[in-house]
Amino acid sequence: MTHEIIISGFGGQGVMAIGKTMVEAGMEEGLFVSWLPSYGPEMRGGTANCSVVLSDQPVGSPVVLNPNELIAMNKPSLLKFEKEVLPGGIILINSSIVELKAQRSDVSAYYIPCIEIANDLGNPKTANMAMLGAYLEASGVLRPETVHRMLAHIFHGPKAGLIDINIEAMSRGAACVSGG
Amino acid sequence: MAIVYQKSKALTDKELHYCPGCSHGIIHKLVAEVLEELDLIDSAIGICPVGCSVFAYDYFACDMLEAAHGRAPAVATGVKRVHPRSPVFTYQGDGDLASIGMGEILHAAIRGEKITTIFVNNAIYGMTGGQMAPTTLIGQKTTTSPLGRDPSHCGGPAHMAELLATVEGAAYVERVAVYDIPRLNQAKRAIKTAFEMQMQGAGFTFVEVLSACPTNWGKTPLEAAEWVRKEMVPVFPLGVTRDIRKGAAK
Amino acid sequence: MAFELWKGNEAIAEAAVRAGCRFFFGYPITPQNEVPEYMARRLPEVGGCFLQSESELAAINMVYGAAGAGARVMTSSSSPGISLKQEGITYMAGAELPAVIVNVMRGGPGLGTIQPAQGDYYQATRGGGNGDYRLVVLAPNTIQEAVDLMQEAFDIADCYRNPVMLLADGMIGQMMEPLEWHEPRHRELPPKDWAAAGLHGRGSHNIINSLFIDPLACERHNNRLQEKYRLMEQRELRFEERGCEGAEVLFVAYGSPSRIVMSAVDLLAAQGVKAGLLRPVTVWPYPYERLAALSREPSVKAVVAVEMSAGQMLDDVKIAVGGCKPVTFVGHTGGVIPTQHEIAAAALAALGR
Repeated sequence: MTHEIIISGFGGQGVMAIGKTMVEAGMEEGLFVSWLPSYGPEMRGGTANCSVVLSDQPVGSPVVLNPNELIAMNKPSLLKFEKEVLPGGIILINSSIVELKAQRSDVSAYYIPCIEIANDLGNPKTANMAMLGAYLEASGVLRPETVHRMLAHIFHGPKAGLIDINIEAMSRGAACVSGG
Repeated sequence: MAIVYQKSKALTDKELHYCPGCSHGIIHKLVAEVLEELDLIDSAIGICPVGCSVFAYDYFACDMLEAAHGRAPAVATGVKRVHPRSPVFTYQGDGDLASIGMGEILHAAIRGEKITTIFVNNAIYGMTGGQMAPTTLIGQKTTTSPLGRDPSHCGGPAHMAELLATVEGAAYVERVAVYDIPRLNQAKRAIKTAFEMQMQGAGFTFVEVLSACPTNWGKTPLEAAEWVRKEMVPVFPLGVTRDIRKGAAK
Repeated sequence: MAFELWKGNEAIAEAAVRAGCRFFFGYPITPQNEVPEYMARRLPEVGGCFLQSESELAAINMVYGAAGAGARVMTSSSSPGISLKQEGITYMAGAELPAVIVNVMRGGPGLGTIQPAQGDYYQATRGGGNGDYRLVVLAPNTIQEAVDLMQEAFDIADCYRNPVMLLADGMIGQMMEPLEWHEPRHRELPPKDWAAAGLHGRGSHNIINSLFIDPLACERHNNRLQEKYRLMEQRELRFEERGCEGAEVLFVAYGSPSRIVMSAVDLLAAQGVKAGLLRPVTVWPYPYERLAALSREPSVKAVVAVEMSAGQMLDDVKIAVGGCKPVTFVGHTGGVIPTQHEIAAAALAALGR
């Protein structure tokens, strides 16, 4: 089992954080993982992306050329990476700001209104967690409970209230995939 | 029988290689006497340059490092950060300090690096055979300014004591000379003050010593000493240019 | 077994701290900035000193000073900055000072690019600065290995009184992987009684120096250095073999490309082609003898060198193979990363398929 993922969007959308959460959760579940960011000048305010590999085998190349799954948090990311997705793969699109639909018929596409979900929850910073929830639902590669446990580690003391809101964002994102 | 004079314990028995009439020997002696009088020989760490004083590591009896050309202040920085309570000094000539090492000396001063730099300015490259230095006087003939230094071609002499006096991290900056006994005594006082202030943690301390190079100037030792007094001092005035104990730069 | 997720550059810095490094002098350059940034936070916590120098030139000479004064010290940079540090590196080799230099390589020549590359192989393995000298050059291909090697690098440096280089690239520096912290293998090390740390009652002064003005004295010094380098060649050679037994194709790669080669090996296996990898972990000393032996195995039909350069390690591969088998090369420059597909295709082409 090897999942290669590209997560792409604008700087500030939490693209790198989605990837880091995935590899952290993958590590918790005993998988071999790698996370490789793009670190070009685009980091400074332009588009940013990272490559994530989750596998039951040691990771060879951490560079993802043809992802099993693509998370496109903005339009340029969809335009750039859609053609690279493997047949049978998954594309998750942040439909709050991407008005385009996936053109490919040999992949599954899901549309997640990340910003609306986050705003409904009163915390715009949870938009990327809605996307992560959708990813976990669509790919089935990691258990949401693993991420929930990690959230409890990250948010403690006065920030403990953020655990539930992040879990809720993940659930609402997942619901966009499952249709629930 | 009373001992009226003896060599400082801060100097080894190694015979100096310097030319007759060169000021390096006198300046070595002054630094050594200060180290001895302040009881610093046992803890001092010196850094020598590339140039005529490249072999200074053989002459000073304290622990010594030989640095790459111009980098003595950076090497001294590494040493001082490892041994912050030890007296650390660099001994550098004008090519080393004011040409290739201009960046290192300025930034050591900017950081307020707690070291003492002895800057020997004889307005010429000695070791390599009399080429033009950054401190060469206007009109002065050298092997690479055969018609005399032309400021329209290569600028005028660098005034290090004045330049470093503008740097906040510098605690004490003075220019001295050694061409007669009163100047020599003043030079020693300046070197002593610099080491004392370093040990008090005041900041970067710097003593520029105007020095004679009879060989490359083509003069006798006496003529050379006179040339320092008559030609160099008007261009490089003697005195303290910065002393934080007395407020800001003069 | 406690895996932690670390970014390469930060892991390298933490490994140095755990190895007892307490002094860091450096200058910002991408893609290694997380090393100095981490040290700036971490070293004060352990009573050490981080200093951002005015230039790479100053940084390496500060390293010279701190090493000469007896401290465990390091610097890190990336390709153009390492070029500037060559002056200090050759002086340290000449004065026999131990220190660790990390090069997180990027594309060149000149300002080049900030993306991963391996164009500094000649510079790292052939000395880089003036004169006859060598560094032990460690080339990790995972963050775990970077950390393990980094922890040992300081001991290697102290053992031989010689600079050691950790040769990584932007991919190793920037990526995150799980790692486990191991207690490093501590060597028996001689006391640093040679350091210029102040007499403190010692009878004669210590001198840190690379100047030997008399030619005969300078040659004696060189001969002694060369003896030391021969000892390093005998004792410090490291390499890894994967699937070389019965391999038709023998890949040779170090650092990041060796990971991509392993992906190519899988692709080839799916097509029924057995491929193996010889991975130098030290690129100096280089595993000439092992590569010579492997390339002479009857099963091996082709040797394929893979690098993120125009072919620098390729020279060493050719020296070792000695014309006994065809050697082909897959390489990219300028920060372009080879793909497993083109590597596999090159191997098939070398086999005439």
